[in-house]
Amino acid sequence: MRLFLQLTTDSMTVILAQTSTELTTAVLFYLFASMSAAAAVWMVLSRNIVRTAVALLFTLLGVAGLYFLLDAEFLAAVQLVVYAGGTLILIIFGVMLTSKSPYSKFEPKLVEVIVAVSVAAVLFVALLMAINNSMPTFGTDAQPAGARYPVDLLGQALLGDYLVPFELSSVLLLVVMIGAAYLAKGRKHEAPPALTTSELSRQAKRWS
Amino acid sequence: METLALQHYLAVGAILFGIGLIGFMCRRNLIVMFLCTELMFQGVAINLVAFGHFWGNFSGQAFTIFVLVIAAAEASLALGLVVLLFRQKNTLDADAWRELKG
Repeated sequence: MRLFLQLTTDSMTVILAQTSTELTTAVLFYLFASMSAAAAVWMVLSRNIVRTAVALLFTLLGVAGLYFLLDAEFLAAVQLVVYAGGTLILIIFGVMLTSKSPYSKFEPKLVEVIVAVSVAAVLFVALLMAINNSMPTFGTDAQPAGARYPVDLLGQALLGDYLVPFELSSVLLLVVMIGAAYLAKGRKHEAPPALTTSELSRQAKRWS
Repeated sequence: METLALQHYLAVGAILFGIGLIGFMCRRNLIVMFLCTELMFQGVAINLVAFGHFWGNFSGQAFTIFVLVIAAAEASLALGLVVLLFRQKNTLDADAWRELKG
């Protein structure tokens, strides 16, 4: 953790000083790559399904960072919104709906609490340093200097060369929405067997 | 430190894809298998974006957006199916569904 802290502060100072962008990119690349790979290994090895989902979240964050390094800022934002915000929440709902005894195994370990607190502290300190060292100047609508691939070109590509797949994907989403609604409605005669009163009381005792 | 090349990104994509493949074949929980397919999607998406970046056009990013759409659609349908299957047998073990073979 001390090494990680050192690495983060080093990369932050390098970013702020703007001395060597290449070194910064390399450091950030190895940081994001190792984060996503380690989280992927954790995800496959973990026995608890909630921890698996959280590990997938970290993998997605690392991959979003790699997208940033590849000048695909829009894609990184979409990755965070769609995957981390939408798909992962859906997965958590699936986990909750299919877990037999909720709340039994969701208590965080001590190591996880320590890691969470230290990650939050590092992020907070880094944000404070960034705020202190680089206040933006408001009122100017000039383009940032390093913008090599503005997002409007991606929009032109999507609505130009890839117009047909774009429209097809919207049709696909409509079909999937109808299908998901059909699945969620379910059939009445295949309703799950009602719990007996003894089972109900046992579950209530277990959850209380 | 050497400059980052295309190979670095391809290596990360390959690592993610490989780990996802291992998890998909070794784990028997349906939701975990589904999450591992998401991991493999990520590996492929990194490859696409990296190729697009080093090639200098937007095809990779456009393809990745389509991959995202497909993954979201797959997630909603697959999780709906998993929940339906779970309601019938009260288990998430993939081995419990052998009779789906027909």
